[in-house]
Amino acid sequence: MIIPRLALKNLLGAGLRTWLNVVVLSLSFVLIIWLQSLYRGMGEQAKEAKTDIEFAGGQYWHESYDPFDPLTLEDAHGVVPGPVQEKIDKGEATPILVTQATIYPEGRLHTILLKGIDPQQSVVILPSKFLVQEGEEIPALIGTRMADSTGLKLGDWVTVRWRDAVGTFDARDVQITQVMKTSVGTVDQGQIWIPLEKMRELMSMENESSLVVVGKNTEEIPTVQGWNFKSLEFLLADIEYLVRTKTAGGSIMYIFLLLLAMLAIFNTQVLAIFRRKKEMGTMMALGFTRSKIIQLFTLEGAMHSVLAAIVAAIYGIPFLVWFAKQVGPCQRG
Amino acid sequence: MENSFLIKTKDLVKTYPMGQTKIFALNGVNLNFMPGDFAGLVGPSGSGKTTFLNIVGSLDSPTEGSAVVMGKKIEDLSHKQAAWLRNKNIGFIFQTFNLLPVYTVYENVEFTLLLLNLSSKERKDKVMKALEWVKLADRAKSKPAQLSGGESQRVAVARAIVKEPSLILADEPTANLDAENSFNILDTMEELNREMETTFIFATHDEKVIKYLRRKITLVDGKVAKDEVFENKNVKGEDQ
Repeated sequence: MIIPRLALKNLLGAGLRTWLNVVVLSLSFVLIIWLQSLYRGMGEQAKEAKTDIEFAGGQYWHESYDPFDPLTLEDAHGVVPGPVQEKIDKGEATPILVTQATIYPEGRLHTILLKGIDPQQSVVILPSKFLVQEGEEIPALIGTRMADSTGLKLGDWVTVRWRDAVGTFDARDVQITQVMKTSVGTVDQGQIWIPLEKMRELMSMENESSLVVVGKNTEEIPTVQGWNFKSLEFLLADIEYLVRTKTAGGSIMYIFLLLLAMLAIFNTQVLAIFRRKKEMGTMMALGFTRSKIIQLFTLEGAMHSVLAAIVAAIYGIPFLVWFAKQVGPCQRG
Repeated sequence: MENSFLIKTKDLVKTYPMGQTKIFALNGVNLNFMPGDFAGLVGPSGSGKTTFLNIVGSLDSPTEGSAVVMGKKIEDLSHKQAAWLRNKNIGFIFQTFNLLPVYTVYENVEFTLLLLNLSSKERKDKVMKALEWVKLADRAKSKPAQLSGGESQRVAVARAIVKEPSLILADEPTANLDAENSFNILDTMEELNREMETTFIFATHDEKVIKYLRRKITLVDGKVAKDEVFENKNVKGEDQ
């Protein structure tokens, strides 16, 4: 027990030199934990928001539907098959019809995705209730990003033009009844939501949809002809990949930070060995063996890390708790 | 008679390489010391005084010849055995005091006892006794930086005597002290020598130290040039 006692005594006795190293190292610890939790938190929040607002328990895609290829959308629709329709009728799923369209706000042309959703649905957390149609006017729902990029505001009218089921161009004015604030860009950017039944009627696509979102806790997923079920895992794969990439990028920074801290300690210890040669000689004269002196200096270096962990905990835990309170809980819808 | 020597060196040689040549720090030194000796090695710088103390103190080993200290052949000792010999039986006093700066006076004196597996009470008793010997019991909690040169060297003396060694090696112990402190330290050492029969071997140029010696060995170029014994010196180092 002599060596640890002496190492601690030397460490604390060195004063400012020790504290400088300890503070640098503890900063690295806190930064690493903070960044790591930030990435994980961002990933978790993105996944949770995407699940609640867009994916729910998974999606049936029409076999031609490819969200990354808008040119295929013209053909990506079909009548919802019986087993899936049963789930829709029970409120366990909700169909969405998607097509390409153009709008002309302030005289400028914007290509958008026109999406139809049931105003009464409760499968995804979207403010679809604002799409309840009371007269002949077609209500429309957009997100804040869409509003910013097009200059549209609550109550504005905008002309929407699309091709119907037989390829004929048609156009109608819609009124913005709600501008929603959402953290999920893929239900907002470049798209307008209108009532599903109205959209089906305008496009001559009775009972058709491009995809069907299944409720979160749906256990039974029937296989149906012409439609592919995409699991939540598949739908969230992009975000998982993004988080992994960010984490890998972050790891390079962690390595850099740790190397910096280790270099500081190594440098201090090496300099200390030269500076403390006399001290070592005295210790040897007093009966210390070489191995005991090596143990003492090594332990002294290692104790920097322990001390840094304690210091990091002292200011890091309150900081991380405060930070978590500032940014969380995640905002939805 | 052979076995009663505390230290016995035979044809002791220590060389250091310097480029293509060898420097002879010690060149055939034959010296014997008895328990209770109060002896000093004198001579110009580079004459081999410190080298001799280092070998006798088991901090270094001879290139040739042999050095037997308290029955142990220095050249045959392992690092561990040498460390044990220093820890148990040999005290060192240095020119620059060599106190450990982060420890208090008490801890500096206690340091040497930490390896001896003594209880904390035993350690405390010994440390306080040693500090009382050097009249520094009231400075036990001070740090070395708060002490004067004389006080620092007295702490070094306390550290050397606390384990009650048979041999104390003092390398230029008064070189950094003024006359008054030098005499105080030397009085303390001589008192220890008389009361505890601790053997002292000095390496010194200092006339004040030389005045106290009962045996003066003059080294020149690593060889013993003169070995003088003054049997009739009193406590204060004065001739009777």
